[in-house]
Amino acid sequence: MYQTKTEIKSCFHCNQAVPEGINLSLTINGKTEPVCCFGCLAVSEAIINSGLGSFYKYRTHAARTPDIIDERYIDKISIYDRPEIQKQFVNILSKNRLEAILILEDLVCPACAWLIESRMASLPHIESIDLNYTTRIVKIKWDNINIKLSEILHEILKIGYRAYPYSEQQAKILFERERKSQLQRLGLAGLLGMQVMMISVALYFGEWEPEEIAFKNFFQWICLLLTLPVILYSASPFFKSALNQIRNVRPGMDIPVSLGITIAFFGSIWSTVTGVGDIYYDSVVMFTFFLLTGRYLEFMARKKAGELIDKLRKILPATTTRLTGTGSSLTEELIPVIDLKRGDEILVRAGEIIPADGIIKTGQSSIDESIITGESKPVTRGNGTSVIGGSINMDSPLQIEVKNIGPDTVLSRIIELSENVHAKKPEFTEFANKASSWFVLVVIVIAISVAWYWLIVNPALALPVTISVLVATCPCALALAAPAAFTSAVTTLLKSGIAVTDKNAIEIIPKCNYVIFDKTGTLTFGKLELESIICQGGLTRDECLSIAAALERQSEHPVAKSIIKYAKTINGRVACDIVSFPGAGIKGKIENKNYYIGTMSFISNNTKLQSDYTDVIQDNEIKTIVVLANDEKILGKFIFADSIRPDAYDLINYIKATGREVLLLSGDQPGCVNEIANELGITEKKGGLKPEDKLQILQQLRADNNMILMIGDGINDVPVLAAADTSIAMGSGSDLAKINAQLILLNNTLAKIKTALRVCRKTRKVVTQNIVWAAGYNLLIVPVAAMGLITPWMAAIGMSISSLLVIANALRISKL
Amino acid sequence: MEVIYLLILISIILIVLIALAYIWAVKSGQYDDLEKPSHDILMDDDQTRE
Repeated sequence: MYQTKTEIKSCFHCNQAVPEGINLSLTINGKTEPVCCFGCLAVSEAIINSGLGSFYKYRTHAARTPDIIDERYIDKISIYDRPEIQKQFVNILSKNRLEAILILEDLVCPACAWLIESRMASLPHIESIDLNYTTRIVKIKWDNINIKLSEILHEILKIGYRAYPYSEQQAKILFERERKSQLQRLGLAGLLGMQVMMISVALYFGEWEPEEIAFKNFFQWICLLLTLPVILYSASPFFKSALNQIRNVRPGMDIPVSLGITIAFFGSIWSTVTGVGDIYYDSVVMFTFFLLTGRYLEFMARKKAGELIDKLRKILPATTTRLTGTGSSLTEELIPVIDLKRGDEILVRAGEIIPADGIIKTGQSSIDESIITGESKPVTRGNGTSVIGGSINMDSPLQIEVKNIGPDTVLSRIIELSENVHAKKPEFTEFANKASSWFVLVVIVIAISVAWYWLIVNPALALPVTISVLVATCPCALALAAPAAFTSAVTTLLKSGIAVTDKNAIEIIPKCNYVIFDKTGTLTFGKLELESIICQGGLTRDECLSIAAALERQSEHPVAKSIIKYAKTINGRVACDIVSFPGAGIKGKIENKNYYIGTMSFISNNTKLQSDYTDVIQDNEIKTIVVLANDEKILGKFIFADSIRPDAYDLINYIKATGREVLLLSGDQPGCVNEIANELGITEKKGGLKPEDKLQILQQLRADNNMILMIGDGINDVPVLAAADTSIAMGSGSDLAKINAQLILLNNTLAKIKTALRVCRKTRKVVTQNIVWAAGYNLLIVPVAAMGLITPWMAAIGMSISSLLVIANALRISKL
Repeated sequence: MEVIYLLILISIILIVLIALAYIWAVKSGQYDDLEKPSHDILMDDDQTRE
């Protein structure tokens, strides 16, 4: 019964499969292309109509499937026009000239950036737009008299992207400053390094006649001059850090590094001044340059990880409507959610998120609790029943008395559960630091012994040999081995739509032998979709749809949304006198005849009609049946179900083929879970679980020495996502789930998990190869250097080649 | 051979200028986004814009 994989057409805009029965298309350059939904149609039309159709030619990745723009969204974002809210992210350049910092979601390739920039540039009253693709931050300057910020946000939404106000964190500013200063040190070392190398080559290979000694000495002085900024500026972090390590008695790699640089530098100055002996300025600068390169790469890898978490901290319009006064004199007031107090009365309109736990005072509505409980079907709640903060009110306004706020809410308790169970992640760097302390001591002992030995045997060679040893033992390649591979993996994954928030995950994923899936929203779309229509009253499928759509036009319920989506291509009817009975159905008049749509009991109560139920499946946990009737007879039955993501089949098979166990844990009804598990061929499954139960199952598995990869999206998955060895969240999931996961599937495409598994496995292989190579090289070169068989410049070149090999190997990860 | 003094002096002046230009580039954010500008050149908007 579920959607199968046999779709042929894919959407022109988002490349997702076009569901059966949808027949939408648009015309571009005289060609007709299919689209999958009205969201995509609206966005692609907006793009083509603004003359930016070449976006589709430039882009390298499919766009996200956009939501249909909700009228109320425009009201909601108008809050961003208020000066007191703007204070947080808007700079006032002059009167009415404002600049806002926004963060963009759903950018998938540079063509997206081009599209947004071009669209903004074509709007009047926008002064400038500065979009940074890497950080996804956009700065827009506009004329506040003629255009409002909410209108700008709306324009961006029309072409399929969401922009949120963004306030730069202090940490972020410091980070940016640090990045720039590192880049300057690195660039300067490279630039001056080249000059020093060039002159040094002349010094090494030149045959110096006695009358040319003046030139030789001049060259040496020039080298000294060029090396000086590298020592004073570029290499200064090594010295500072080495001093700290000595002060705190925690020997680290910076001590031998600084020692090597200092000895080589001062030894060279001595040779320059006295005119006797060799100079090693070239070794000094190249050494510094390669070390800085390694550090910069590692720094950037860390930055990428930190960035995503930061993005989730965008300023949300966390506001709610508070009702004050009594009886008929109720006044509405928009307040920030944090100002809510227990006992406050709030108004939650259809489509809004309930901001806190509470009890319904007036109203009845269907509520979508899937993100909290994992149950895919909305539940009906009426007077006096309680509602959970974070769930979504689907179809009619509710007056709610706030019962629990802040730390007492169900949501907070789930978060608390996740905070105490964070899995101990193996700290690669921690290990490397410990190992390097020992390494440093060994290196210093070797260097001193070598120096001492050569001082006795041949004092002239003592200095160059000691420098060679210090340079040769520098584990630059070793230090680069893991960071270079991880950086390459993080970039590769990001290009295929997977964001990595913690690079340790790359190391752990290949080791996982258990893969746990959540159901609603992860393996399935998490939305009720029209699955089939049974026509009974002699009407055609299209007629049923068009009547149903006319009745459901105003509703926010997922059933209504799905019907409207399918009915768009059919000639519309218009209904009047529409009355909605939340959780039951809708009544309305079309061409002066009464029509009813809703549950069977709703139909029976209104029309005295009875369904024999012999012909169709009953309304059960898995499927929702909506009945359409007029006063005389039942006209049709619509069957709805949450459908499986088409790429889930392939993924489950792939995971099983790699010898991993698959487990399905869901908060939804067991019947529903079984059906999906059977469909996908998952043998181990459990339904009806609370977040605590899921956590317990997971902890039991971990206690039995299993490594677990968890894939989920809802708030009810958060504790498990946090407790698993590593986890992947859906991009459409809750922010909380995303914060607690190490990988995020930006496009919600399950097939990408396959890519992630492959990339991670390859990364692990590359890291091992790199470490074996780098460590092997260092071990081999030390005795050679100690015997005085290589000069410092040879040691420096050897070290550089070794580092380059490690980087080249890491780059192979991107070619899968 | 004495010309080498002049040549090296010139090259040092050039390096100083290049270094200053580099520092300016980093400070003014030329290295902030290394991905989009490389694609910008390929995305010509004259062909569709009326």
